[in-house]
Amino acid sequence: MLDPALDTFPKIALANAQRFAGRTAIREKDLGIWQSYTWSEYVEQARLIALGLAALGFTRGDKTAVVGDNRPALYWAMLATQSLGGVPVPLYQDSIEKELEFIVDHAGARFAVVEDQEQVDKMLHVRAQCPGLEYVIYDDPRGLRHYSEPCLLSLQELQERGRKFAQDNPDHFEREVARGQAEDTAVIAYTSGTTGQPKGAMLSHRNLIATAKSAVARERLTEAEEVMAYLPMAWIGDHMFSFSQSMVAGFTTNCPESAATVLADLKEIGPTYFFAPPRIWENILTSVMIRVEDSAWPKRRLVHFFLDLARRMERCRLAHRPIALRDRLLAPLGRLLVWGPLRDNLGMSRIRIAYTAGEAIGPELFEFYRSLGINVKQLYGMTESSALICIQADGDVKLDTVGPPLPGVEVRVSPSGEVLYRSPGVFQGYYKNPQATAETLEGEWVHSGDAGFFDKDGHLKIIDRARDVGRLASGTIFAPKYLENKLKFSTYVKEAVCVGDARPYVAALLNIDLVSVGNWAERRGLAYTSYTDLAQKPEVYELIRQEVVRVNRSLREDDTLRGAQIRRFLLLHKELDPDDQEITRTRKVRRGFISQKYAPLIEALYGEGDSVQVEAQVTYEDGRTATVRAAVRLSDAETFADAGGTSA
Amino acid sequence: MTDAPTPLLEVDEVSVRFGAVQALERVSLEIRRGEIVAIIGPNGAGKTTLLNVVSGFYHPSEGRLRFEGSDRTHLRPYDVAALGVARTFQNVALFKGMSVLDNVMTGRLLKMRGSFLLEALHWGPARRQELEHRAFVERIIDFLEIEAIRKAPAGKLPYGLQKRVELARALAAEPKLLLLDEPMAGMNVEEKEDMCRFILGVNDEFGTTIALIEHDMSVVMDISHRVIALDYGRKIADGRPDEVRADQGVIDAYLGVAHA
Repeated sequence: MLDPALDTFPKIALANAQRFAGRTAIREKDLGIWQSYTWSEYVEQARLIALGLAALGFTRGDKTAVVGDNRPALYWAMLATQSLGGVPVPLYQDSIEKELEFIVDHAGARFAVVEDQEQVDKMLHVRAQCPGLEYVIYDDPRGLRHYSEPCLLSLQELQERGRKFAQDNPDHFEREVARGQAEDTAVIAYTSGTTGQPKGAMLSHRNLIATAKSAVARERLTEAEEVMAYLPMAWIGDHMFSFSQSMVAGFTTNCPESAATVLADLKEIGPTYFFAPPRIWENILTSVMIRVEDSAWPKRRLVHFFLDLARRMERCRLAHRPIALRDRLLAPLGRLLVWGPLRDNLGMSRIRIAYTAGEAIGPELFEFYRSLGINVKQLYGMTESSALICIQADGDVKLDTVGPPLPGVEVRVSPSGEVLYRSPGVFQGYYKNPQATAETLEGEWVHSGDAGFFDKDGHLKIIDRARDVGRLASGTIFAPKYLENKLKFSTYVKEAVCVGDARPYVAALLNIDLVSVGNWAERRGLAYTSYTDLAQKPEVYELIRQEVVRVNRSLREDDTLRGAQIRRFLLLHKELDPDDQEITRTRKVRRGFISQKYAPLIEALYGEGDSVQVEAQVTYEDGRTATVRAAVRLSDAETFADAGGTSA
Repeated sequence: MTDAPTPLLEVDEVSVRFGAVQALERVSLEIRRGEIVAIIGPNGAGKTTLLNVVSGFYHPSEGRLRFEGSDRTHLRPYDVAALGVARTFQNVALFKGMSVLDNVMTGRLLKMRGSFLLEALHWGPARRQELEHRAFVERIIDFLEIEAIRKAPAGKLPYGLQKRVELARALAAEPKLLLLDEPMAGMNVEEKEDMCRFILGVNDEFGTTIALIEHDMSVVMDISHRVIALDYGRKIADGRPDEVRADQGVIDAYLGVAHA
């Protein structure tokens, strides 16, 4: 199916150096200036790194751990590793040492290519526990001049060794690339794992290339696209967009200057193809609305007027209703005065295709961007499927679905309600974990672990993780994530955890959003000292109670979920934090862990009384731990029987 | 230091009087290349006066100053800066309406050559020169991690960041000697830690000699190679941080033992 001359990424990269020789492959803002590298330079850099690794004794099948912010050098290192028949293992750059240690050890990485001093420090500690890690290679030498560990060398030195190695072995690189095959593992992506230790999903060149090709064709991506590489390299999505698709289509990947400058860099690049999880769409919106609220009132009125108009029109479009004549006449003015300039200000005026995924997106957020004329669509995928399963088609977008399967992907729903899929992108299995592989792979079909169903238009709709869907004691279906997402659409609620399986009613543990609730408190002159203090104010409980009641009211329309309204809730005394293992680095709630850790709180929610004492361990970034004590209030919320009436 | 026998700066029996007030009295000290020297002392001990003498704002009533071995007792601030001495101020002194980038670029002014006309037209050598200076400034911006505020007006930044911008501007002059007047004043613990990291980094990465006035003793002990203590305009101690901390005269000065 794949052209044997183009069945691995190194082969494709070499072809790109011919096909797109003068085109920019990757760009990085460094020292205030966008530095561009063409496809020939991309390949040449990777070639020197590969030869340097070969000089250090890299053999086929070796693993390279790659850690750092999105940097061209790290993408080159991945290609270099693949060129030698090795496997890159990208890791989350904000992982603490213990997490890195587990993966470096499990993957058996002999080499690590890292960004800077911060990561070098971590890797040197990891190496003390994992002697199998032989070399640590860094990109940015700042602060590392006095490090004398013999295992440490700079990327420049590595490339220098590569040059020397090439003098004796002039065709080593090309020969090794030619030995690569489609079935070779191209990357091991460790999933953040909502339960237990991370699992390393092995994806072959064939998996990634076939998936990338299918999406490139379906979305009509060309070599002219500009994409922003700002999400963690360890996440399969970035690997798909910034590496796989960029190779297959030949388009340009842009690395921002730093995590803090992404919004400014976005404006300078003006990407045509953009991905963001809901929380980033939300951050961007907040930063804009703050500036709108700070402007003079005629301006503010004008912006609000046209944003309301845009939203009204978008709602009609999504519902396939006709747009009022008056609105249609006003639209060009809105485009000229507000929508166009705003889009430009966001750096989104060139976007052809934008995605949101990972979590459900709030209706207001989704409508806002779409109403400005930005083609935001939802997609569904996971590491085990090479990132992509379903994508909404242009012009056929819905708020609560993830669209139809991509060409080549088959999806069916099991009798228990779990989504299963089969595609050329389906992974090779979990590295050194046949048991987990057997649990997930059934023949060619993958158990997604998600519960969902197809709507009448053939769009897949995901409601929750399959194993999290439970039943209340009364037998009513309880889909916690569905409720949690509805709660989180409130700007005051940052995280939510709902419990209720085999219980008489649903209860919720909530995190307030410190920024927005803090602002709210300041506006009403409510003094507070800390997160814990603010979260336990009676006024804040009343504020959040109204949000819970709003969610309950929205549920009374739904026949299946009406019984699963939230009867009691509490505001947690601390923020859920990946360092405490309560949520994953991609901010997914780890239910099992939470139900153990907060068992006394959960019991209290099903007991009498209106407060409960807690003690909790917190872990600081440097690994130290401390104990926090607090009294947590419990609060009731009204539930609704059906349209109109109130019960309980 | 091994590379040069002459100290970078020698202060020899310097006295400064304002009317009846004796701000500095026969102070002698030297600052060697590559070191970080902390100047400590209670309020009114003459620390800032000493910095002002070194940077040419004040002229000593008596005594001499030598920079890299040659006498420069009576130079003006402009000339001192041209010699390679840059400083930051106790109260932040930035151009508030200008962007961070422009503020840091002003630190390069002394390095800019070329005629007014060419500069105004932004043409030929002037343009090339600006690009070189910008490239250097960007290294500093990267080093001090202020990329995200490059275009922000300096006056709108939080205080800790303004201090960092001021340091950036001083560094832009590529000084041989960097004078920091209370670089951590008014900062929280995290900002202080950042600033310490940057000061050590500047010393390490650019090899810049640094003299700083600081009140936070833990900072002083952590980052300086040598500590000089002043009290009532006189030098009362000069040595390694642990020596100075144990010095009875210094302890008395801080605890306020009555002066004869």
